[in-house]
Amino acid sequence: MSWEIVIGLEVHAQLATSSKIFSGSSTEYGAKANTQASAVDLALPGVLPVLNKRVLDLAIMLGLAIDGEIASESIFSRKNYFYPDSPKGYQISQYDKPIISKGQLKFVNNGEEKMINITRAHLEEDAGKSLHGEFERSTAIDLNRSGTPLLEIVSEPELRSAQDAVLYLKELHCLVRTLGICDGNMQEGSFRCDANVSVRKAEDPELGTRTEVKNLNSFRFVEKAINYEAARQIGVIEEGGVIKQETRLYDPEKNETRTMRSKEDAHDYRYFPDPDLLPITITAEHIARIAKDLPETPWNKRLRYLKDYGVSSEDAEILANSPETSVYFEACMRKSTLSPKLVANWIIGELSALINKSSVTISKSPIVPERLVSVLKRIEDETISGKTAKHLLGLMWDSSSSADQIIADEGLGQVSDNELLEKVISQTLTNFPSQVEEYKAGKLKILGFLVGHVMKQTKGKANPAMVKALMEKNLRQSK
Amino acid sequence: MNLPNSVTEIIQGLENGTFSSQELTKAYLNRIDNLDPEINSFITVCHERALLDAKNADRSRSNGSANKLTGVPYANKDIFCTKGVRTTSGSKMLDTFISPYDATIVERLGSQGMVMLGKTNMDEFAMGSSNETSFYGQVNNPWNTNCVPGGSSGGSAAAVSAGFTPVATGSDTGGSIRQPAAFCGISGLKPTYGRVSRYGMIAFASSLDQAGPMGRSVEDLAHLLSPMAGYDPKDSTSSMVKTEDYSGNLEDALKGKTIGLPKEYFSTSLDRQVEGVIEEAIKEFEKLGANIVEISLPTTSLSIPAYYVISSAECSSNLSRYDGVRYGHRCELPIDIEDLYKRTRSEGFGEEVKRRLLTGTYVLSSGYYDAYYRKAQQIRRLIKDDFANAFTQVDAVISPTAPTTAFETGKHLDNPVEMYLGDCFTVASNLAGLPALSIPAGFVGGMPVGLQLIGSYFQESKLLTLGHMFQKSTGWHQHFSRDDSEGTQ
Repeated sequence: MSWEIVIGLEVHAQLATSSKIFSGSSTEYGAKANTQASAVDLALPGVLPVLNKRVLDLAIMLGLAIDGEIASESIFSRKNYFYPDSPKGYQISQYDKPIISKGQLKFVNNGEEKMINITRAHLEEDAGKSLHGEFERSTAIDLNRSGTPLLEIVSEPELRSAQDAVLYLKELHCLVRTLGICDGNMQEGSFRCDANVSVRKAEDPELGTRTEVKNLNSFRFVEKAINYEAARQIGVIEEGGVIKQETRLYDPEKNETRTMRSKEDAHDYRYFPDPDLLPITITAEHIARIAKDLPETPWNKRLRYLKDYGVSSEDAEILANSPETSVYFEACMRKSTLSPKLVANWIIGELSALINKSSVTISKSPIVPERLVSVLKRIEDETISGKTAKHLLGLMWDSSSSADQIIADEGLGQVSDNELLEKVISQTLTNFPSQVEEYKAGKLKILGFLVGHVMKQTKGKANPAMVKALMEKNLRQSK
Repeated sequence: MNLPNSVTEIIQGLENGTFSSQELTKAYLNRIDNLDPEINSFITVCHERALLDAKNADRSRSNGSANKLTGVPYANKDIFCTKGVRTTSGSKMLDTFISPYDATIVERLGSQGMVMLGKTNMDEFAMGSSNETSFYGQVNNPWNTNCVPGGSSGGSAAAVSAGFTPVATGSDTGGSIRQPAAFCGISGLKPTYGRVSRYGMIAFASSLDQAGPMGRSVEDLAHLLSPMAGYDPKDSTSSMVKTEDYSGNLEDALKGKTIGLPKEYFSTSLDRQVEGVIEEAIKEFEKLGANIVEISLPTTSLSIPAYYVISSAECSSNLSRYDGVRYGHRCELPIDIEDLYKRTRSEGFGEEVKRRLLTGTYVLSSGYYDAYYRKAQQIRRLIKDDFANAFTQVDAVISPTAPTTAFETGKHLDNPVEMYLGDCFTVASNLAGLPALSIPAGFVGGMPVGLQLIGSYFQESKLLTLGHMFQKSTGWHQHFSRDDSEGTQ
């Protein structure tokens, strides 16, 4: 009897709006404490929330992308609890009528396609931050984050391993970034995840008691925390204990989870519809307007790359997973008739290496798609070799000159003049008679030496494949 | 000086130069200083600010940039946030709170050039029907200082009645404009929910709260309502329905108008003498040409319990922000966050507020929500349907505003439910969101009796016309509790 791990994920994606969900304050990260907190964010007496309508567009985009139901009417409810960084004493969230429900997300694990149901995605406001240790015997409150719009995306408990959980999360992360509804920055807390974890014997139809694990702010921690928590639960049960329903905090330093609050301490949130806000109504026209400009999902993009461009599935994934990289790749393909595999290789290989060395992103790369294309064209027409192209890209990174200009200025063009090559080759064969004899005796490896000599004579500008071919022809003829 | 009797008179006097806004403002401030100690209708009087505003108003008058209401003094219930002025909502919790912003209606009345005399007393967080729950002490009824002025806008009602201000703002969650208007012998209008912005009005029960004007006559209510009413982008529940020229449409024949008399409102809880006054008023409307028909509002008896469940639920959440963290009262030397919350809120809130917070928390609790909050919302829908049905036959519904005249101070203090039952005629229009007007209709034992007219949605003009025509023919609104010249020096 083996153990099965059952995982459901709750993801908080910060929606990419410039102002807060219920006030006009800026949502920019990293400002001086409490400089982005208006009367509404401070919950002064008498203030009222007004919905930032942009959040509806962003939520609808996700709803469409996960093929979910978009509620024609959904409502904001108040979740009541006292906490110092929750200034109203309640959080405005959605309860029994979320804006999105019943979606799906697909991902691939080890070649196997998996589909996870998404129970719901609802809008809510973020809390502020409590800062401990800034002042002696006091906690400081920063309300800059208070009222930042969040979309909480809740999956069904259908994930069966930490690896699956991470792959689902990466797919979702990639999706919200591709849609442009969330910047996905996990360090800044724009994309946060809580995991509901339980274990059961594989043949048991009932789910085990779950714990909710919080503070998972990287993909690596999600995997480690789930594995730790599942092992802990199995250990408890195998020693005859029972799992208590509770909220646990992951400690990445010690790689363990600890009790944060037990079920007995759980709040009664006393949800009720917020009388300050009208129900949200979404019309079919509104949905159609958003659908018209909806970016392609990463999943569909990967399929298209495989089908239309014939790139490998690994390359398709790398290109499609980053919105910036896919925009770059497609720009290259639009501007040329180059082989997609060649373009993919160079973006993933050399260009990425250059980008990683500097601190720019691909969308800000000084080698814009046109410039990369001009280099690849010179490889394809054999003006330069791959090795030279690497060198050329390096030069282009720091220069505004065109590829052809640099090839001319630096004398990088490879020799493909047959007549010239024939001359060098015949001279080489004359100068190395014993090597020629060895070749003819069956020691075919010696060909490398002879080709190498030609390359040396032409200062590397000859096309090695061409030299090899010509050399073989000459050797056959001199039999 | 002899104080003018109405806003209409004030506008004429300012336009003709009979008096300046500064003279008028000074006279009102003097009267407050001299006579209010006996009434306690103001929490804060803004002497300097009022005189400065009056000076600016006089300047606008002389250079021709004045509006109709420029230089007209008024008072704000202390539930409306006023920038730079203490705004308490009648609570110790906000004793030190100086608002950094103006409520929308304060801004709108200010931009008309009106002069704010001060902030009027009220039940704590507007929870009460007698003005006895204020942290700043009870307000006394100017007609008989042993009696309550009603609540929660008791300060505004008493101040208007005593001639401390020509008009005042009030707020009405379950009758808080109409019942004190009735008890103090003045006029008061609770507009349709959404007609007047709630932004900057300290919330009691968000789905019921509505600001409105209080004054000596319906005509004065119309003057004040015009700048108060209208859509506000800062309040999602405010309505985009167009406003009307409320003072321009007051005169209209009542012939052909139908007024409904709900049989359920004339029950055993109604004082016989009050009933007699209302019957006389009904005859007056018939004389003016209106057609009176009996109607039925079968859900009437359910409105009090539904109201106290919904209003308490909402206030338990609305008042959570008073936690001692950011502003307002904070207990001394809290040992931890739990202690901070407990002591701050135990010390800062009065008994009635605590009672409602506990009730509200209870009715929203898991396991009780369906039995109380959900059921109350279902009743609320039935009440709405009752009225919608009635308004297919009638232009307005008539009733007493309250079952009795102003009662003696302290009478219901030991029995809150008895106090709540006094709201039986007023809470239904809040639950349904309908506009309702209270006007003086006579006296019982020297105390004024209020008559209530409930209209359909956004029919404020129709209600005001009914009220105005009644006032033109009866003159009950011209009985004043204090002599006009007393204490103005």
